[in-house]
Amino acid sequence: MAAKGYIEIDQVICKGCEICIAFCPKKSMSVSDKINAAGYFPVVFNDGSECTGCAICAIVCPEAAIEVYRE
Amino acid sequence: MNKVYSRPALLKRKAFHHCAGCGHSVIHRLVAEVIDEMGIKEKTVGIAPCGCSVFAYDYIDVDFAESAHGRGAAVATGLKRAYPEAIVLNYQGDGDLAAIGTAETIHAANRGERLTTIFVNNAVYGMTGGQMAPTTLLGQTTTTTPFGRDPKIEGHPLKISEMLALLDGVVYIERTAVTSPAGIRKTKKAIEKAFRIQMDDLGYAMVEILSPCPVNWKMGVLESWQWVDNEMVKAFPLGILKDTTGDRYAH
Amino acid sequence: MNKVLMDGNSVIGEAAIRAGCQCYFGYPITPQNELTEYMAENLGRKKGCTFIQAESEIAAINMVYGASLAGVRTMTSSSSPGISLKQEGISYLAACELPSVIVNMSRGGPGLGSICASQSDYFQATRGGGHGDYRTIVLAPSTGQELADLTQRAFDLADKYRIPVLILGDAMLGQMMEPVEFKHEAPEVPPVRPDALRGAKGRPSKIVKILSSNPRDVEELNWSLYRRYQLIAEEETSSDSFLVDDAELVVVAFGIGARVARGAVKNARGYGMKVGLFRPITLWPFPSESLQALSEKTKNFMVFELNMGQMLEDVRLALGDKADVFFYGRPGGVVSTPAEVLRVIARHYYQRGCNRA
Repeated sequence: MAAKGYIEIDQVICKGCEICIAFCPKKSMSVSDKINAAGYFPVVFNDGSECTGCAICAIVCPEAAIEVYRE
Repeated sequence: MNKVYSRPALLKRKAFHHCAGCGHSVIHRLVAEVIDEMGIKEKTVGIAPCGCSVFAYDYIDVDFAESAHGRGAAVATGLKRAYPEAIVLNYQGDGDLAAIGTAETIHAANRGERLTTIFVNNAVYGMTGGQMAPTTLLGQTTTTTPFGRDPKIEGHPLKISEMLALLDGVVYIERTAVTSPAGIRKTKKAIEKAFRIQMDDLGYAMVEILSPCPVNWKMGVLESWQWVDNEMVKAFPLGILKDTTGDRYAH
Repeated sequence: MNKVLMDGNSVIGEAAIRAGCQCYFGYPITPQNELTEYMAENLGRKKGCTFIQAESEIAAINMVYGASLAGVRTMTSSSSPGISLKQEGISYLAACELPSVIVNMSRGGPGLGSICASQSDYFQATRGGGHGDYRTIVLAPSTGQELADLTQRAFDLADKYRIPVLILGDAMLGQMMEPVEFKHEAPEVPPVRPDALRGAKGRPSKIVKILSSNPRDVEELNWSLYRRYQLIAEEETSSDSFLVDDAELVVVAFGIGARVARGAVKNARGYGMKVGLFRPITLWPFPSESLQALSEKTKNFMVFELNMGQMLEDVRLALGDKADVFFYGRPGGVVSTPAEVLRVIARHYYQRGCNRA
C-alpha cells in the first residue's frame, strides 16, 4: 500500500508557475483562485488527494516553496 | 507524519526575484542544499556575476562578493590563491562566462584553478531583456536576433564546455539540465562532485546547467522547461564532457 | 643599512615584498617588465605567496580584487595602455573599498604610443579613469629611493583607508639604476585584514558589493567614500619644496619631470636666477594649500611636465588668479634635458622681469 503524504505550499512566495502540477504523478495540486500579495495565483494542495509524499513537487519547485510530509 | 523535504537551511527566507519557472531559482536551491549537506558553509565564498543571478548573495547564505561582468574566474582565482583554504564558488551565466569572460574562463581552466564553477546556460541575456547570448540556438529569436540567429551573421552556438574539456587543467565538466526531476537530481550530484574536486585539490571543475528562461524565450513555464529537454539538448547534449577522477567518487 | 644598486622597476618589487605583499598579478608590457619578472623570481616561490602572469591586464586587476577580498596585500603593475584596461577593475576596487596597489610605469601615448618616459597619464591617474565618483590616492616618486619608500607607503595607505593606491612612475624611473636603501623588512607573518572574506565562521555571512536596486544605498556609499577622501586630503597630502624661500619664479613638476627640473633649477641658481621647485608627491590629494602658500611670495609659476598640460590644470585650479601660470612640456615619450628646461626658465624669468623684483 502506498504511503500517505501531504505537502504545504508557501502561498506568499509561490509564483503559480504550475511546474509542480505538471510533474505531480497524483494530481494532488491545483491553482488557487485567491491572488497573493505578489500578484500570482499560487498553487494549493488538494485535500483528500492520493499524495504519497514522493516530493517530486518540492524537487522541481523553483521557489523552494513546498515542504513535504510522509507517514 | 515525518517531514521528508524542507526548504534548505542556507536559502535565506525570501521570494526569488527571478521570473516564475526560472532555472536560477532551482540552481540556487541546489547549491544551498549541497553546501549545507556537505557542511562547508563556514569555508565557502561565492562570487556573484552580472546578470539575473547578480543577487545570488541575497539567497545563498554564505560569504559572497560581487564581481565585474565576466571576471568571476579571475576574481575567484585571486581569492583562492590568496587563501587556498576557502572553498570558492564561481557562479556565472552564459554571457558572463562565455562572452565577456571567455579569456578569464579559458585561462582559469587552463591553469587548473581549484574552483567550483556553476555555468548557467539559458541561451539568452536575461537580466538585460533577452538579447542574444553566445549559446543562443540557430534560428532562436532574441531582441538582437529578431529574425532568428543566422550562422552567416551571428555564428553558431558556442560550445565553451567542449572547448574547455580539451584543456589538461580541467578535471571535470558535466552538462545537465534542471527541467525535470531526474535532471535536477543529476544536477545536484554534479554540483556536489564539483565541490568535492575542489576540496580534494584536483583541478578545475565545472557544471554547465541548461536552464529555462520562459519570459525571454516568450514561452509559458512548462513550455520552456520542455524546450530545454527537447531543443536545447540538440545543441548542448547532456552528459559528462570530461572526468579524470576515475572511481574516486563512485559510491 | 646597506644601499643596493637596482633598476627602478626591481626596486618597486623588492619594496613591495618587504611591505608584505602576498599576491602579485601582472602582464608583460614595456617598460615595466623587470618588475613583473622580479616578482616571478622573488615572490613566486615565497611560502604562502602567489605570482601569476595573468592572461591580460583586465584579468590581473580582477585577480587583485579577488586577493584583496581575501584580506591580503596585493598589487598589479602595468604601463599606460594596460592601465587603461584596468580602469573598470579600479572602479570596482574603489566601490567595494578593497585595498590594493596599482603601479603605472607610464610611457608615451595616446594609443600604443612609444615605450619611452612620459607623464601623460596624470589625468587618467588623478581623475579616476574608471567610471563613477571615486578617487584613488596617487603617489609620484621622483627617485629610486622614493620608489622604495612610496611603495611601502602605498600599501600602508591602501590598508589604512581601504582604497586603491596608484604609484605613478614612468619608463625612465623604471629603467634607471640608483643606490637605494630599503628601510623595511618583510613581516614574519604577512598581515591579513580583519574584514577579509574567508567564509562565515562564527559570524553571519557577509556580502561585499555595491549594487543595490535602491539608488539611495549607492548614494550613501558615495557620501561615505567622499567623507573618507576629505580625511585623506587633510592627513596625507604631501609635497616637496626646493629653493622656494626667495624664489621669484617657481617651477612645478612631479616625478621624472621634477628630476629634470631640479637640475634646471640648480643651474639657474648658478646663473643668479632666484628660481625654486615645488614638487607634488601626492598627485591626489593634490597639495593645493602648499602651492597657494607659495603664491603669497611669488606670482610666477612654470609648470613643466612630459605631456600636453595635465597637472597644469590642477595648478591653475589651485592658484586661480593669484598667480601667472605658464606651461612647458614635451609629449609622446620625449624627455627634456635640464639645459632645455633652463632655457625656458631663463626666457620667462627675464621676460617677466623677475631679476628686477
